[in-house]
Amino acid sequence: MGIEQKLGNMGIATTTLETVVNWSRTNAMWPMLFGLACCAIEMMAAQASHYDMSRFGMELMRASPRQSDLMIVAGRLSRKMAPVLRQLYDQMPEPKWVIAMGDCASCSGVFNNYALVQGVDEIVPVDVYVAGCPPRPEALIHGVVTLYEKVKGEKFKDLAVT
Amino acid sequence: MDKKLEPIVQALQEKYTTSIEEFRDEVHIFIEAEQIVDALTLLRDKYDFELLSALTATDYWPQQSPRFHVIYQLSSIARNLTLQLRVPLNGHNPKLPTSTRVYQVANWRERELLDMFGIEIEGHPDPRRILMPEGTQGHPLRKDFPLGYEEPQFTFNVEEINLRKPYAKD
Repeated sequence: MGIEQKLGNMGIATTTLETVVNWSRTNAMWPMLFGLACCAIEMMAAQASHYDMSRFGMELMRASPRQSDLMIVAGRLSRKMAPVLRQLYDQMPEPKWVIAMGDCASCSGVFNNYALVQGVDEIVPVDVYVAGCPPRPEALIHGVVTLYEKVKGEKFKDLAVT
Repeated sequence: MDKKLEPIVQALQEKYTTSIEEFRDEVHIFIEAEQIVDALTLLRDKYDFELLSALTATDYWPQQSPRFHVIYQLSSIARNLTLQLRVPLNGHNPKLPTSTRVYQVANWRERELLDMFGIEIEGHPDPRRILMPEGTQGHPLRKDFPLGYEEPQFTFNVEEINLRKPYAKD
């Protein structure tokens, strides 16, 4: 992140650098294993050989937050689990993104009660929401590709400090 | 009532002052809170009810008083019988002696009673909340606990609800 903060305002010189950096980020983004409930099955199905997510760069899923870029929150988040989610999100190094997979992560789905957090965006900032209960593996892959387009559009001057 | 169950129910009726309720093939026996551990020990040792299938409670507020009915569902695998014991408890400081020495499985079930209904269990080895996070006020399965839902967002109120919702700021 240091290079972006110092060089962000340099105009033409940074455009090619941005393209290279964003290309490299999208081509090897490793997600963190955070399957909570039923959506985890569809996440596993998307990672398996039939709908392969490895062709999009997600070669494997890291169980450790320190070694991953992307957190796919798949499933219901209960109020007891919310501090754990926040702690894991804080342990991920920058740059990091979050996909809220499924209805329960986006808006708590069919469960509107005292025990579940109403949408994961009350706890972590979310970049892409994938709808579905559960979303088909193709829908999750569409969400991942949408995230890639968002990452490719990221500019250094949004992050520049000087 | 099952033929094999009749002598057991009669023995319980003679020993404790109980009342019986029958629904289809089920038999519900009402027992006082002080006598419940005694009754469970008797049923487990003498009449082979080895399994405590369920230990839950129901809240009948405000229609009935006493408000809580703690339900012990016992099964006998050897004799192929099931029996239900009910303990009526008042809403005002409900207490119950622990059945963990009789059935080990009652440990977590009684923690659930404490968490969801606020029924205090005397002599429990580990009295803390099991399902709700620590620091929750109130007991969710009581009938006077608010439903705890978020207002559904329609087109006319979506902006005001979004302003009040606590979004995470990175």
